[in-house]
Amino acid sequence: MSHVGSQIGRSIPRLEAIAKVTGRAEYVHNMLLPGMLHGKILRSTVARGRIKRIDVEKAKAGNGVHAVITSQDILSLIPHPYHGPAFHDQPILALDEVRHYGEPVAVVLAADPHVALRALAAIEVEYEELPAVYDEVEAVTSPVAVHAELKPAATFADLKHLVGLKNTNVALEYRLRRGNVDRAFAAADHVFEHTFRTQQAMHAALEPHVTVAEPGDGSLTLHTCSQNPSFIRTEIARLLGWPENQVRVRTPFLGGGFGGKLYIKLEAIAAAAALLVHRPVKIALSMGEVFYTITKHATTVRIKSAVTKDGRITARECEAWWNGGAYADIGPRVTQKAGYTAAGPYDIENVRIDSYQIYTNRPPAGALRGFGVPQLAWAYESHTDFIAKDLGIDPLEFRWKNLLREGRPQATGATMRDAPMEKVLDRIAARLNWGAPLDRGDGRMRRGRGLAIGLKAGTSPTTSVAMVNVNASGSATLYVGTADMGQGSDTALGQIVAEALDLPMEDVKVIHTDTDMTPYDMGTCSARSTFHMGNAIRLAADDVRKKLKALEAELGLPQGSNYSVKDLLQKRFGMQAGNIIGVGSFIPPHIWPDPETGLSEEITPFWAIGGTGAEVEVDTQTGHVRVTRLINVADGGRVVNPEIAITQISGAAIMQLGFTMYENMIFKNGRVRNASLTHYEIPSYQDIPALENELLSAEDKRGPFGAKGLGESGTFGVSPAIGNAIFDAVGIRLTELPITAEAVLRALRSAQPLENRP
Amino acid sequence: MTATSCSIRFVLNGRPVIAEVEPHHSLVEILQQQGLFGARESCGEGVCGCCTVLVDDKPIAGCLYLAVLLDGKSVATVEHLNADGGLTVVQRAFIETGAFQCGFCTPGFVLMAHELLRHNPDPSDAEIGQSLSGNLCRCGAYPEITKAVKLAAQWQKVADAPPAVAAE
Repeated sequence: MSHVGSQIGRSIPRLEAIAKVTGRAEYVHNMLLPGMLHGKILRSTVARGRIKRIDVEKAKAGNGVHAVITSQDILSLIPHPYHGPAFHDQPILALDEVRHYGEPVAVVLAADPHVALRALAAIEVEYEELPAVYDEVEAVTSPVAVHAELKPAATFADLKHLVGLKNTNVALEYRLRRGNVDRAFAAADHVFEHTFRTQQAMHAALEPHVTVAEPGDGSLTLHTCSQNPSFIRTEIARLLGWPENQVRVRTPFLGGGFGGKLYIKLEAIAAAAALLVHRPVKIALSMGEVFYTITKHATTVRIKSAVTKDGRITARECEAWWNGGAYADIGPRVTQKAGYTAAGPYDIENVRIDSYQIYTNRPPAGALRGFGVPQLAWAYESHTDFIAKDLGIDPLEFRWKNLLREGRPQATGATMRDAPMEKVLDRIAARLNWGAPLDRGDGRMRRGRGLAIGLKAGTSPTTSVAMVNVNASGSATLYVGTADMGQGSDTALGQIVAEALDLPMEDVKVIHTDTDMTPYDMGTCSARSTFHMGNAIRLAADDVRKKLKALEAELGLPQGSNYSVKDLLQKRFGMQAGNIIGVGSFIPPHIWPDPETGLSEEITPFWAIGGTGAEVEVDTQTGHVRVTRLINVADGGRVVNPEIAITQISGAAIMQLGFTMYENMIFKNGRVRNASLTHYEIPSYQDIPALENELLSAEDKRGPFGAKGLGESGTFGVSPAIGNAIFDAVGIRLTELPITAEAVLRALRSAQPLENRP
Repeated sequence: MTATSCSIRFVLNGRPVIAEVEPHHSLVEILQQQGLFGARESCGEGVCGCCTVLVDDKPIAGCLYLAVLLDGKSVATVEHLNADGGLTVVQRAFIETGAFQCGFCTPGFVLMAHELLRHNPDPSDAEIGQSLSGNLCRCGAYPEITKAVKLAAQWQKVADAPPAVAAE
């Protein structure tokens, strides 16, 4: 028998568990259609240049080649072939010029993918190479303008403030002004300033991007590995000038996403190709091509703090430059939302933040698990330990003195609510046994420990719509546009609908992401699904109950007569027939930040809080760092499925461990020199330290049954906790990621005068 | 049939197969032609393990293995594990411990876990790590995979595995 509270907090296995362990789960990767052609993409071989000539005749004449498509062909179908969630800056295929190495220039279609691949070599492209700019700080003043003109997309409610721009590489500048920063700095006992950098990195979902476009009569179906099918539908319909209902976007399970499968990736190319040749077209990227498709922003973050002699931070100034590459993708949102919390998890009276989204001639950057917070946390939490050291204050004590506590206004003016920052910090410190001395070693191997904590404001305002169909047997089907990319959303949302309708899980089925069936959802990103879709499901369940009451009244039954759905429908239709369909849509409260000050009392649906404690062993002769313990603590609100949730914290921390220690896209003249998993290493079995993960279960009063998002929180503290542990062990102040053995050794050597070296 | 194609015969999950292959076809492509999608090409360089299959009982990277070399050999993919309709102890342990997220790499890990337990029924954490180090999981389910392998080993040893679950 089920009762309220029985489904939330239950660790049931994923609904699709059997399909996944038997290899039968559906991915777009598996899809083959009759008459299908394979598309292979010819990519730019220069970082910036004008296309002087494209000759596709030889390639077209190749045996087995069905067609070769360039932007000229696309223009016949789509007169304005530019897309993007923030700016309409990205052409479907390069049009007249290329803006990054690896940009798609032409597509060869053939029934045999090997034939298509071989034919790429027969296409002749002549470029007039132009000067390029790669560095995010240099690009602000560089004479090279990546785009001559920029048109805002005006698609998303939270990006309505973007304006048209000319001859600048600054796509968006978010500024926050709180208190009187200049006066506080003038009055400060101490001023500290450091500049930090992070590297460009890649999502490396093991399923590389793949889209199958299937043309119909005046309609189109896209089977695509997308995190936001609703957006894909809107954007493809806009490009084609079609009504939305003629574009169907279907997403089975994703082989990982992490932010890399948002917005248009292959969908527009595949759609255009399929409509031009009237055949289904599949485009599947190789892992190497993914490095030129979407990445994580490289950043430069300058941070300056005014501190009293007893260790209170009175003012902070932050400047963050986000290297967005050649196309803005969702970078402007990353720049703004991460900008809100750039001053870190501290209660600071006077704050000045400038966060800049910058165009360069690198491959585009977008969202990657944490939406910019991991880059900023690397800066603000390393800065925290540098200050504490210089003031002779214990880093934990320094954090306690300054921590942003429940009920206090964050830098934007939004109140910290249901944000158990103190508890997270306390749990990390307790697990590290911070009060007890640590054996730091005195020989070649030195040991140290560090901790760090971060917070994130979620993307807002965004919309989720859920539809619940209660069948005549009393079982329920939930229709949601949330993409299950491995985070377990089908299962968690299924638990929420079961809870809301007081049904056992066995009576719930989840239909996900098919825009012909599932209603609108803004996207599976920013750890928003449990919170937003969960709330929409609750509202849909309310709608079901309202309709049941109306049915009772219609049947002349007394209110609260407690008939089951099955009995009510039986009475109404005289047999097992009919449905009760409930719909709920949710958009959280939101107040626009003041354009001058960036202040707002309502900027986030919930606060995501996470932190990490690390213990390391540093080999002072080689610079090699071994992370011996990694403790990750995050707040999950009232957790829907504890076992799945804890693996989200653990997985996020492991991913961030890669970005901390070795993952790095290495460029030469805009070309990625290590665009493969052989040369760009992601964490493997042997890299995993002893992990401890803890999820606080504090209720978020606005969340569905108290739940909140947690998929990114495990990333926040990892990099600075490890950096701080190394600082503790050997006293070197690292300011750049990744922390390779070479970087550590260089820092050790430069900290030690030549004559004192062993 | 083209000038370069040739006909090969091999055993696929216990069933004899004749296939027309081109010299450049990989084993994964041939499996797809046969309607089997459990082995997946991801890195395309043999470093991620998503395309793991057994050829004559030895695990290999299906994305690098040329299909023509299969002639006369025997191939087992993740799909062969459920030939009798039930889940294996390893698969049940993966579910029990939540040892996967997106599931894309999972068939490779499941096959390698079977291989490990076949040769070493009671592996240590270090042996599990060593044995599975040729498989990547971007979701980072490594700690849960270790738990799954240990649980499967335990179930296998004491034969106290929970009742079989249908694979359908």
